[in-house]
Amino acid sequence: MVNGEVVFEAPWQSRIFGMARVLSEQGLFSWDEFRERLIAEIAVWDKANSREIPYHYWDHFLAALTRLVDEKKLVYRDELISQEKVFTDRPHGHDH
Amino acid sequence: MSKVSEQSIRAEALESLLIEKGLLTPEHVDEVIVRYNERVGPMNGARVVAKAWTDPEYRTRLLADGTAAVAEFEFEGGQVEKLVVVENTDEIHNVVVCTLCSCYPWAMLGLPPAWYKDPEYRSRIVREPREVLKEFDVTVGEDVAVRVWDSSAEVRYLVLPQQPEALCGFDETELAAHVTRESMIGVAVL
Repeated sequence: MVNGEVVFEAPWQSRIFGMARVLSEQGLFSWDEFRERLIAEIAVWDKANSREIPYHYWDHFLAALTRLVDEKKLVYRDELISQEKVFTDRPHGHDH
Repeated sequence: MSKVSEQSIRAEALESLLIEKGLLTPEHVDEVIVRYNERVGPMNGARVVAKAWTDPEYRTRLLADGTAAVAEFEFEGGQVEKLVVVENTDEIHNVVVCTLCSCYPWAMLGLPPAWYKDPEYRSRIVREPREVLKEFDVTVGEDVAVRVWDSSAEVRYLVLPQQPEALCGFDETELAAHVTRESMIGVAVL
């Protein structure tokens, strides 16, 4: 909390923000490159302009990040999907 | 599975792969989170405003070159490589937006609030600023111009609010405690 207010609504948002910053600070991509992907993700939602689909900023942030790490050959889409399956198939009670 | 859990799993999967590939460590990620949860926030911008209110030479420097003037404080947080500070006057009320995403002067204000990133705000503040400001309880006089500044990859903006009469004579520290984030975005007056 800063000045008594919550910065992230859920832990996963803070993790993806942290990951994006670390990768950028290490020079694996520029923040401008990340921003371009984020703008593109948001533009897709804006164009659909559907008030029925709520706007979730961090969903777009995550989509931009996964797209960029794939493009930069850091983490491929396939690997990510496989790893997600491993975590999804975990027995309940796993601490995260 | 709920959408939120899906995102959580995706984030966790991504992080575990990045760690496995030696591209980052969880401690690196923790450090960034702590930075923005604890150290970077509107209290930084408030100090800049308070100094501008009490030091006319600083105010001049700040308005001439925001980047250089705030660099004197050595705040962490970034996104102020090109910072332009716009002053509210009796004739002009300034308000800031990022119409395309969420560009924001992190080192001054921390991370942006949800409403700033929301499509409603992003589009409406440009189309109908006075209406939006009214919804924020800011009524701008007919004789006052409203200037909307659209942040981008190149430039971030910070509003220098007018110092209220009631706060005349306070010292910098006391003044800083009264400067709100909303006033530095332009959706509040002090």
